[in-house]
Amino acid sequence: MSEKTRREFLRQSAGAVGGACLFSLGLGLYARQVSALPATALRPPGALAEKDFLSACVRCGLCVRDCPYDTLKLSTLGETVATGTPYFEARKIPCEMCEDIPCVKACPTGALDRSLTEINKSRMGLAALVDQETCLNFLGLRCDVCYRVCPVIDKAITLERVHNPRSDRHAMLLPTVHSDHCTGCGKCEKSCVLPEAAIKVFPVKMAKGKLPEHYRKGWEEKEKHGGSLIGDQIQMPTRRPEQTVPGSAPGGLDSGWKP
Amino acid sequence: MSAAVSPAPTFFSHSLFGKWLLLRRASQLAILALFLLGPWFGIWIVKGNLSSSLILGMLPLTDPLLVLQSLAAGHVPYRDALLGAAIVILSYLLIGGRVFCSWVCPVNVVTDAAAALRRKLGIKGGRAPAASTRYWLLGGILVASAITGGIVWEFVNPVSMLHRGLIFGMGLAWALILGIFLYDLLVASRGWCGHLCPMGAMYSLLGRTALLRVSANKRAACDDCMDCFVVCPEPQVIRPALKGAGTDSPVILDANCTNCGRCIDVCNRDVFRFTQRFDRRTTP
Ligand code: SF4
Ligand code: SF4
Ligand code: SF4
Ligand code: SF4
Repeated sequence: MSEKTRREFLRQSAGAVGGACLFSLGLGLYARQVSALPATALRPPGALAEKDFLSACVRCGLCVRDCPYDTLKLSTLGETVATGTPYFEARKIPCEMCEDIPCVKACPTGALDRSLTEINKSRMGLAALVDQETCLNFLGLRCDVCYRVCPVIDKAITLERVHNPRSDRHAMLLPTVHSDHCTGCGKCEKSCVLPEAAIKVFPVKMAKGKLPEHYRKGWEEKEKHGGSLIGDQIQMPTRRPEQTVPGSAPGGLDSGWKP
Repeated sequence: MSAAVSPAPTFFSHSLFGKWLLLRRASQLAILALFLLGPWFGIWIVKGNLSSSLILGMLPLTDPLLVLQSLAAGHVPYRDALLGAAIVILSYLLIGGRVFCSWVCPVNVVTDAAAALRRKLGIKGGRAPAASTRYWLLGGILVASAITGGIVWEFVNPVSMLHRGLIFGMGLAWALILGIFLYDLLVASRGWCGHLCPMGAMYSLLGRTALLRVSANKRAACDDCMDCFVVCPEPQVIRPALKGAGTDSPVILDANCTNCGRCIDVCNRDVFRFTQRFDRRTTP
């Protein structure tokens, strides 16, 4: 090699190395930035946690092909879900919770974890009654549709009866989701009768809060212990201001409590 | 092209429609058609896409580069995917890694078209990055996968995006493909496949032991018309075999040869033919 060609060669190689490194760096950062799952996209049953999912899914679409209800689709470039990965939107086509979970069986990589064998144990997302201002049951009607369609009815979603303070003589039956049973299938969101669903299914991370590790619920501890942990307490009377009648007993309180 | 000294081309030896070129396009089309039979007509011979597929419900095939990235990112895929990658690797070790490029890859049709148009319009110059960039890029994406813990190349890979796009829906991927076409046409001759694509780089690495090879077995008849150098997507691979520079074997042993057979098509002296790598015979 002459001095000139050697220099040319070195210059070219340096360009190659530098360019490739820069590009990979940019790509890594880009990949990180676009890997957040948007709120409306749910992963198929058995999907690993999002970060692990993106290290496992090769974007082959075999899960999509084996879903009998056309629930799943692969995202395309320009959508907010990581390009090529499978997802579904509850409001479009929810998951029908196939008993044999064909999508999981089809996955060759383990991005959908085959240790999921009971569909009721899947956690594709978590439903949340996000809009209490429009949910018909919150308005005092008996719509109940989201409750009725739930494949895990009475466990994942229940109707909680509370007093209707507006009419003061009726009950409201409030659809209430329980995270220990909700699979995130999306059927409730799909069938909500409103033009925009009041109950929506989100990726679990978005829908679920978390108590600090050290919090204990007194009533649970009490039950576990089989009695109060701090001994018997004096029960004080409950005083209700609304029960005061003008001109009644001194102090204006009459709870009806007798020693 | 200096066709003046060569006999007039017949239909099959014409540089636009060589026999091998037609076979290659047929192969690329047939593979795509196999994938489309399912979604279009409900005939499920092949499911999935080039990233991973299942043939007749039993034979898995998986893109080895994806498995490598997945491993780098810390995920050990199920046996199906590992087996699929092993089958793919073994096949290409036999027939030549870059057979994927010229006989399977859908982007090849795009970059070939760009190269043909570039020749036709006589576009010269531009700036191509060093041919070794692709190997650095290959290393780079593996490191990036390891650091970010995700399969990073898939966020931009035009090969899988085009193929997946044709089968599952394209989205904006066409813009990326158009970009590659324009890059190859205006900026760098054979720039994408020959200098940048890390998939091609991986298949080049798999091509070192290929049994199936092109041989310039009648190299004595070469009249230096240079047609083969003009059409070859990796022209540097021809010289050692054709001109015997540094080797006495007429076989093109360079792993970057894509076994596309274009040189066989365009040579009016029938210098080239397909053979196996140990066939060192020459005919005058
Ligand atoms: S469980 Fe059934 S309906 Fe739900 S995504 Fe899988 S295949 Fe589709
Ligand atoms: S089958 Fe598995 S690897 Fe393939 S797209 Fe679905 S989740 Fe990803
Ligand atoms: S998403 Fe809705 S329908 Fe599905 S299990 Fe949860 S509450 Fe029930
Ligand atoms: S180099 Fe890359 S894009 Fe070009 S044909 Fe090969 S795999 Fe396809």
